[in-house]
Amino acid sequence: MKHILTIIDKEWSEVFRNKMVLFTTIFIPLIFTVLPLVMLLITNQAMGDISSTSTADVPIEFLAVCGSEMTGGECMQIYIINQFLLLFLMIPVIVPVTIAAYSIVGEKTTHSLEPLLATPLTTMELLAGKSLAAAIPAIIVGWLSFGLFLLGLPILGVSRAVISYIIGPTWLLAILIGGPLMAIASVNFAIYLSSRVNDPRVAEQISALLIVPILGLMFAQIAGVIVINIIVMLSFIGGMILFDIGMIYLGSTIFQRESILTRWK
Amino acid sequence: MIETKNLTKIFKIKKGDDIQAVVGLTLSITEGEVFGFLGPNGAGKTTTVRMLTSLIGATSGSALVNGFVVGEEDQEIRRSVGILTESPGLYEQLSASKNLEIYANLYDVEDVDKQVGKYLKLLGLWSRRDDPVGSFSKGMRQKLSIARSLLHEPRLLFLDEPTTNLDPESARLVRLFIEDLRSQGRTIFMCTHNLNEADQLCDRIGIFKTHLITVDTPTNLRRKIYGRKVVFHLREINPGWTSRISSLAGVQEVECVDQKLVVALEDPERINPQIIRFLVEEGADLQFVGELRHSLEDIYLQAMNDSEDKVESL
Repeated sequence: MKHILTIIDKEWSEVFRNKMVLFTTIFIPLIFTVLPLVMLLITNQAMGDISSTSTADVPIEFLAVCGSEMTGGECMQIYIINQFLLLFLMIPVIVPVTIAAYSIVGEKTTHSLEPLLATPLTTMELLAGKSLAAAIPAIIVGWLSFGLFLLGLPILGVSRAVISYIIGPTWLLAILIGGPLMAIASVNFAIYLSSRVNDPRVAEQISALLIVPILGLMFAQIAGVIVINIIVMLSFIGGMILFDIGMIYLGSTIFQRESILTRWK
Repeated sequence: MIETKNLTKIFKIKKGDDIQAVVGLTLSITEGEVFGFLGPNGAGKTTTVRMLTSLIGATSGSALVNGFVVGEEDQEIRRSVGILTESPGLYEQLSASKNLEIYANLYDVEDVDKQVGKYLKLLGLWSRRDDPVGSFSKGMRQKLSIARSLLHEPRLLFLDEPTTNLDPESARLVRLFIEDLRSQGRTIFMCTHNLNEADQLCDRIGIFKTHLITVDTPTNLRRKIYGRKVVFHLREINPGWTSRISSLAGVQEVECVDQKLVVALEDPERINPQIIRFLVEEGADLQFVGELRHSLEDIYLQAMNDSEDKVESL
């Protein structure tokens, strides 16, 4: 455990001096938090009296999510805000990519990997340290962003019914479990790539592909193909658990000290 | 301390396109010895160090390092040896003490602060301990890397090109520190291109190019490759002396160079007095007598040429 903590300490000491990492860790989550709040503010103003708004503009597939006790305006707000839920799932994907992508290939380019691998550190300790160093900030930032978002809801005058929906099982599962699972997937994918390529930028760019399935989910919901409800969220979490297990297995089996030290092209 | 038997490393690049980096290395290095591993770029020196420090596996053969079997007890080997890699590989944005702290923790050093402080002071980096390593000169970085390799007090140390790219003053400081390590009885396996350095520091030298060409003490290597030659500095030379000295038993060759007679001898300790007696009796003004000492560079180049000739003749 001491070795893992040392690696985490080393990664954080080094990586948070990098302005680019600070930008992706603070600025992007902040935008993703403010954006849904702004959308809520706009919809509040646009709809005027929220209780008298009709549900006619809400896709039929979505009405089941709202339930019978909500007004049309509230249902519309939930429909809009549900698109932004996926932004909170993107935070744990985007934030750790820079850290994780740099973690192996960055050390390779600065030649600091060889002395590190020459220590009694085991491969599992190294990978666990690097994964946690990248995943922990992402998970914390994701949760903090959601916390800030929740704090902003009453200030904007969002109704109790909408708030209840947001702190309901679908969103909480997404934020508390889906987010960390996305972070683990992102980090392990980036570390896997990072040990296969020789340029941190390449690892970073390819890792960003993980956003694509989330965007797909977002567009599918906007198009009315699917509605993100508890069933969809549980399926998503189940799929992510399998994906994470696969990525961790792949990362640990593919990480060969020898090939990383000797294969440069 | 180190025992290798037919240690071989072949890198598989593509099917049928293998690179033989190290072939059949058999070597024995005893405790307290400073061993110089000399060879051109790409000879396989770094690959050998990587195998012996359990960074990469061997294709065939075996090796024992500090009593541990390479490929089987790799964790124990990594724990018990220190390594200075070819590139310092430090964390540039972190301070000197933070760099050492990280490694002290990874090597499970008990009193981290004490060890870090000890080596920062020993290597003259104490006053710069809080400065980022990125602001350090090459010499300072190299010293910090040496400190890093010593934090866990290994008895066996691998130094890969310890003075490469250093200015003469920094190189001298590093050499003095290596001498200090030798005086502490540590075993040092040193790869270097600096032949004077190897001559100065190493008890034995191995000349290597994919396979071990020769290994011995610098003195014995000189004798093996060039034989033993004695130089007699004279005020004037009588041309007749050359043939008469040649006829003495044990004299292999006599050369006349400027005002010097260069005599190749099997056993100078036994024959020198006879030659001196002869020269004095002949009325020669003998100014100095000394053994001709070839530079290690000559020996190295000669060994390399001999090795290439051998390969060509095969």
